[in-house]
Amino acid sequence: MKYDFIEKNVGLLAIFIIIAISFGGLAQITPLMFQDETTVPVDTLVPYTALEMEGRDIYIKEGCHVCHSQMIRPFRAETERYGHYSVAGEGVWEHPFLWGSKRTGPDLARVGQRYSDAWHEVHLINARDVVPQSNMPGFPWLMDNVLTGEDTQRKLEIFRNNFGVPYTDEDIAGAKAAVEGKTEMQALIAYLQSLGHAFR
Amino acid sequence: MSLFWTLWISVITLIVVIGCGVLLRITSKNYTGVPEGEPMPHSFDGIQELNNPLPKWWVALFWFTIVIAMIYSIAFPTYTANYNGLLDWTSAEKGVMNPAESAELAKTSQSQYQREMNAAEEKYGAVFKQLAYDESGAYKDLSLIAKDTEAVKVGQRLFLQNCAQCHGSDARGSTGFPNLADNDWLYGGEAETIKTSIMHGRQGVMPAWKDVLGGDQGVREVASYVLKLSGRRVNEIEAQAGKEKFAICAACHGADGKGMHALGAPNLTDKRWLYGGSRKAVEDTIANGRNGVMPAWSKVLGEDKVHLISAFVYSLSMTK
Repeated sequence: MKYDFIEKNVGLLAIFIIIAISFGGLAQITPLMFQDETTVPVDTLVPYTALEMEGRDIYIKEGCHVCHSQMIRPFRAETERYGHYSVAGEGVWEHPFLWGSKRTGPDLARVGQRYSDAWHEVHLINARDVVPQSNMPGFPWLMDNVLTGEDTQRKLEIFRNNFGVPYTDEDIAGAKAAVEGKTEMQALIAYLQSLGHAFR
Repeated sequence: MSLFWTLWISVITLIVVIGCGVLLRITSKNYTGVPEGEPMPHSFDGIQELNNPLPKWWVALFWFTIVIAMIYSIAFPTYTANYNGLLDWTSAEKGVMNPAESAELAKTSQSQYQREMNAAEEKYGAVFKQLAYDESGAYKDLSLIAKDTEAVKVGQRLFLQNCAQCHGSDARGSTGFPNLADNDWLYGGEAETIKTSIMHGRQGVMPAWKDVLGGDQGVREVASYVLKLSGRRVNEIEAQAGKEKFAICAACHGADGKGMHALGAPNLTDKRWLYGGSRKAVEDTIANGRNGVMPAWSKVLGEDKVHLISAFVYSLSMTK
């Protein structure tokens, strides 16, 4: 019996399993890597500034993406609250993307310019001060941590050279100066205020 | 979507679906040489396997899923983005490149999302319109709507959803976020002015004066004068020195310190403090400045809803 041979040969079994389960990915994922809809940025997309880029890393570092998604689905219940549904062309320069699927807090895909900088500051230090029923943790240390800008230039270079984000030489040369001495709070707020600008 | 990728998806999908059927047929046949229900020629620790066929209900379910998959794949867009299936179904206009294009497509789109939006607009949009417009099709006067309990309730709901995050659920604000229920206004309390504030937002800028005033001492003096304006007991010598320096403040706050609606400069004489009335808070405001930003809501909410929110906010001060 031939299947005996496969069942008793674990390496071969693993290879056949990988082949079998890869069909779904081949049909669903690979074509997306070659479609305009998913690889061409929308007209209105602007790259993150140096400060916003640092803010994005703080967003990741503090785990904001664990409770907040950045993906507005095309349902009225979502677009009424959050704004225009997200489109793939907005995420072309996101590496890694922060779409998420967990919504302990609200979606943030278009939170930019919804609130004032001052509101964000109060809200990030202690959310209950402005939203009494909120269960978001406080992030008071963002006020104290100051950015050095050591790696900022390198980050922008990586995004330009590997991911094709159109940063100019001036952007990259001025990256360190743009963030040095700013607090993490300022960087994070700058990032949040930029979110969703392409379809506001 | 190019022909290559259409073929790619079609071939793989069909291989998988048809392959499932072939696999099912193969495994349903008895190739073991052992009659059904008899023990297989192997045992482990005395445990024997009987050569039982796959359960009929299970095989039937498997065939059912294969048939459903085939029906689904022709009813909905499956093999290519160029064809929407027999049902001509799309979820939303996902390929839009900018907001203008999206707005243009929304007028004619038959996507599921757009149909949902249109149905809601027909149902709820009409409610907003009925409350916000008069018979001639123009917006009703805000002071009239503010007396319409039904409309004010709707405005309040919208306020709670969109404005309470800063101004509080009672509209009484908090430090840095204006109280909307005290009939004291930064930009003016006329109904139409309130609506303008909500529609287009406001950007209030108090510059930092520390350097201009010559450091902490200057700030302290001006703070003393400002506190004196609202009747606080202060060091008179400091207040006098502060009064002279107040000339630069008068450009926005007025010579008498009563503020200026055109610039959103607060009245300093009324014992109401947006950023706190302690000496420390006032000195901090003078030394480092403030940025009071009200976001613009016209694009987010649309004018009909803003009109109703304005009426609600206006109604809060009507009795005062």
